[in-house]
Parts: sequence; structure tokens; C-alpha cells
Amino acid sequence: MLLRYIFFRALMLIPVSISISVVIFMIVHLLPGDPIDNLIRVGSSPDDRAALITKYGLDQPLVVQYFKWIGAMFQGDFGEAIVLRRPVADLIAQNLPYSLTLGGLAFAFSSIVGIILGTISATTRSTLVEQVVRGFILLGSTVPGFWLALLMILFFAVQLQWFPVSGAKGWDSLVLPVLTIGFGGVALVARVTRVALLDARREDFVTLLHAKGLPARAILTGHLMPHAMLPVVTILALRIGWILGGAVTVEFVFGRPGLGSLLIRALGQRDYPVVQGCLLMLALAVMLGTLIGDVAQAAMDPRIREAKK
Amino acid sequence: MLEVSNLEVAFGPVAPLSGVSFALDKGETLGIVGESGSGKSLTAMSVMGLLPLSGGRITAGSIVFDGQELTTLSEPAYRRLRGGRIGLITQNPMTSLDPLQKIGPQVDKVAVLHLGMTAREARARTVEILGTLRIPEPALICERYPHQMSGGMKQRIVIAMALAADPDVLVADEPTTALDVTVQAQIIRLLDDLVKERDLSLVLITHDMSVVAQTCDKVVVMYAGRAIEHGPVGAIFGAPQHPYTQALIGCIPKGLGQDEQLTGIPGTVPTVLNYPKGCPFHPRCPRAQGICATDRPAHVTQGDSAVACHFPGERA
Repeated sequence: MLLRYIFFRALMLIPVSISISVVIFMIVHLLPGDPIDNLIRVGSSPDDRAALITKYGLDQPLVVQYFKWIGAMFQGDFGEAIVLRRPVADLIAQNLPYSLTLGGLAFAFSSIVGIILGTISATTRSTLVEQVVRGFILLGSTVPGFWLALLMILFFAVQLQWFPVSGAKGWDSLVLPVLTIGFGGVALVARVTRVALLDARREDFVTLLHAKGLPARAILTGHLMPHAMLPVVTILALRIGWILGGAVTVEFVFGRPGLGSLLIRALGQRDYPVVQGCLLMLALAVMLGTLIGDVAQAAMDPRIREAKK
Repeated sequence: MLEVSNLEVAFGPVAPLSGVSFALDKGETLGIVGESGSGKSLTAMSVMGLLPLSGGRITAGSIVFDGQELTTLSEPAYRRLRGGRIGLITQNPMTSLDPLQKIGPQVDKVAVLHLGMTAREARARTVEILGTLRIPEPALICERYPHQMSGGMKQRIVIAMALAADPDVLVADEPTTALDVTVQAQIIRLLDDLVKERDLSLVLITHDMSVVAQTCDKVVVMYAGRAIEHGPVGAIFGAPQHPYTQALIGCIPKGLGQDEQLTGIPGTVPTVLNYPKGCPFHPRCPRAQGICATDRPAHVTQGDSAVACHFPGERA
């Protein structure tokens, strides 16, 4: 039943991928600005210009460009970066591991700490603990990441000199970026966990669980948590994509290599193939994230497994 | 077996239940009737010790089960009674089971918890109980999820959970309200059979007077959080003393072919926030006089019955 669900859910990715690829292809061509202007030396002749345009295929009809682009993509060829003059695939392969490490750690940090904090705030009898956690949740949901990054650099890196200011050498350079990205995530996950737990506790079947003589702790771990995890999984799945894309500003502030830094630089230089390659990777991450989230939900909830046939 | 006396319940400053008393012997069925909001379910929750879940507490009175005072019982000790010696059947079977778990484990849990059985033994017991509740293919049902079953089937599962540890008392809180009419009769008959076969004591909460007349030995009539009349079913239905009880009995249709006008009760049930002073029923009562609006009537005992009314007596 679950395999069947996964199969049909994965099939739905095909039309989505096609639309996304068209949009990514079109957006870049609709943007103002011309990459040839950036590329060409001042004082070049119109002939030089025409030669460059032919070289990158920018003179062909859009439809032809699209199919050439997508066809090459299936062979792992993302084209060549106009400004950096290297294969886009190489650039992505070089930067992706940094983003995956940072995103993966931030994701794990925000999921684990968020779920724990949310559970504590929903179950504690101490109003002080609850207030503190709720205060943290409010702070975490409202403070923008780039500003937090600057504060943390000032305090932990410049004043205390515990961690490096920027760069990607060694594990200690990961601490501040992971905390920065993770902070907002922790708050979000904690909030969703808290609300979901409080909602689950009001369900009718919980009364019957108590009437069966189950201890409160067993009800929490055996019944309330699985229910609360349904919306949490949805949020986490959305964050898989968000963390890769959302790391853009944080990578920039901390001067780390990564997909985000690559994208920002390519946008500034109007390097079409690089921008397209990066956007495609981010879109892929979002699609995979929602797929994983949906499958996880179906694995947890028998009603979802059977609803979609 | 179960004796409740002068039970009072409060949620903060609000007191939705006051002065509820009844006694139940082994093998007896007690009906608690009343309109919605009269405190029937609260009485059930009080007996189960589950009031704190919704923020309520017992402020006065006592609940004695098998010689044991329950209102002062510790939570761990109460947990052994719940599901173990007192089983609960809830109102809405559609939402009473955990939708994420298979039927089998949900029922097994009770025997594991209260009878110290292993998972395998508990499953054998579950299959057996489901069989006695006339559930077809019980072993197969154990592998199903709640959403794959009908309301009537789910209510049988809930009953199976209540029975799994061989309790002495079953508390059934409107067990048929959410079911189809045809299924309602089946479930009521099933409960009735169980009481006889297992010598169970049953507290049957309902707003259906005809169900009480058919299945109960005793009845408590509740209105606005008070037990206004209680006694043996024969006495109450034969010679109701309280005008509200009389009105309720007047609402039972006599059957097909009888050309009769069904009587309703004028006015509406007061909500817990505006319980009338004096006798709570006086604004809707045909017999009400000055004293009914000011003084709360005490219970007047007459044989096994008791009534709380200033002007008790059969219909004038």
C-alpha cells in the first residue's frame, strides 16, 4: 500500500519538473541585462559580439534553446558558465557539498531541538518554563537570520574569538552558520510541535486512553507524539528545500562557499547557465523535500495511504 | 458495588453538578437520563476520575466503589481501576479510537496493562472477546485501522476495550447516540446481554427514556446538574413524582397506529452559567409557585425512590 502510494506520488513529480524547468529557463531570459555586455571587452567590434552570441547559442529561437538545454541536462551537462568559463556541473559539484553539510546540520539541529522544546512547553506544569520557551519561540520566529548572523559574529567571533569570523575551514567554522539558520527553524518546529500536541490532547480518543488506565507518559509517547508529528513532518519537509535556498544570505554573511554564494555571484554577473543550474538544484531540493515529507506522512497515517489512489 | 452520594463538581467558579446520588449493586443496570447539558457525562467522568483532564474537580460528596473511596484515591491507584475494574464506553465511536493504530494493539493494551499478559496472550484474548461481541472474523479485524470500519463496528471495539480486563462496572456514556437507529438497538441489546452473562453493573447514560424503560433496573433523572428524582424503574415509570420526570415520560411515543399528540416541554434547558435559583426546573414547571423560585427543594425519600420537588405527586 505504501509502495503504491510512493509510486503515484513520484509520478506527480514529472509534470511539476517540466513546468519548473520551463519557468527557470524563461525567467532568466526575461530578466533585463545582457551577459554579452559583461563578457565583451570594451571597444570590441560588432563582429566579435556576434561571434560570442553564436558561440553560446543566444541567437537561436527560445524553443530550440530550451530543448538543447534540457537535452544536455539529462546527460549531466549544465552548460558552461559564461563569466567563470567552467562547466556549470563542476561549479555545482564543488559548491554543493558545503551547502549540504551546512543545511543538513542546521536541519538536524532545528528538528531535534525544536521538537524537544515544543514538547517541553506543551507538557510542562511549570509556568516559568513554559513562558521562557514561548519567549524563545517568539524571538526565534521574528529575528531575521542575517541580523542574527552579524550579532553572533560580533559576539562569539570578534569579542570572544571562540569561532572563526568567516570561511569554511574546519568544523568550528560551521557552528555559527548552523546556529544562525537553525535558530529560526528551532522556533518554527517548536511552535508547530507545541500547537499540535495541545490539539492532539483534546481529541476524543485521548479520554478513552485515560479510561483504559494508561499512564499519562505512555499516552504522550505512544499516541500524542505520533499525532503531533504529522504537521511537524509537513513543516520539516518544506524546510528541506528552504534551508538550502534560505542559506543564501547566511552563506553570504559568513563568506562560505556554497550553492547560495554561487547563485548570488552568478546573478550579479548575469551568468545565465549558472543561475539556471543553481535554481534547478534548489527546485529539485524542494521537490524531493515535499516528496519525502508526503511519503513520511503516508507511512505514519493509514488514512493518507489509502486516500490517494 | 458503586455508590455516589451528594456529588458536587466545579470548574473554577462554575458548579455544573451538585447533589447527585445513586447506588448500584452487582448485576444491576442504572440509567441516568436528562437533556443535553444536564450533567450526565460529568457524572460519568467523575466516576472515572477523569475530571482533571477537562479542568474540573470534585468539591463535595463521595464515590465509593467496592468499599473504596474514589474521590481521595491517588492517581496510580485510580489508573489500576480505570480499564481494570471500571470500563468506559464513550459517546462517539468515530473519534474514540486512535486513527493511527491498528484495532488489535489498541484492544490488547488493556489486558497487557491490567492482567499482566504478554502481547501474544492479550491478542488471543482480544480475538476471543471480539468474537463474543459478534464481530465477524475477529483476527482479521485486529489488523484493520479504525477508519476502515463502520460506526457500529467501532462501538463494538470500544466495548471490547472496556471488557478486556473483566471489569465489575461499565460506564456507558450515550453509547448509541452517534449510531444509526438500527445499530442502536443492536448495541443496547448487546450491552444488556453482557450485563446478564457477566453479572456486570452498568451505568447507562442516555437521553432516551424508552431505552431506560426496557433495560434498566434503576433510574436517575437529572436536570441542570441535579438528580431531581431517582428510584427503581418500575416505581419511577409507574408513578413519577417530579413534573419534569412526568414530562420526559410524556415524550415517549407509544407506538405505531396510536393517534397521539407528542408532548414537548416548553422552554429550554438552562446553561450552566444561568442555572435558576431555587428549583432549577421552576421556569418551565406547570406547578411552580413562589417558593420554587427561592428555595431549593430537598430530596424527599419514599420507599426506594427520592424526589426533589416542593410539590411532588402524580399528575394533577
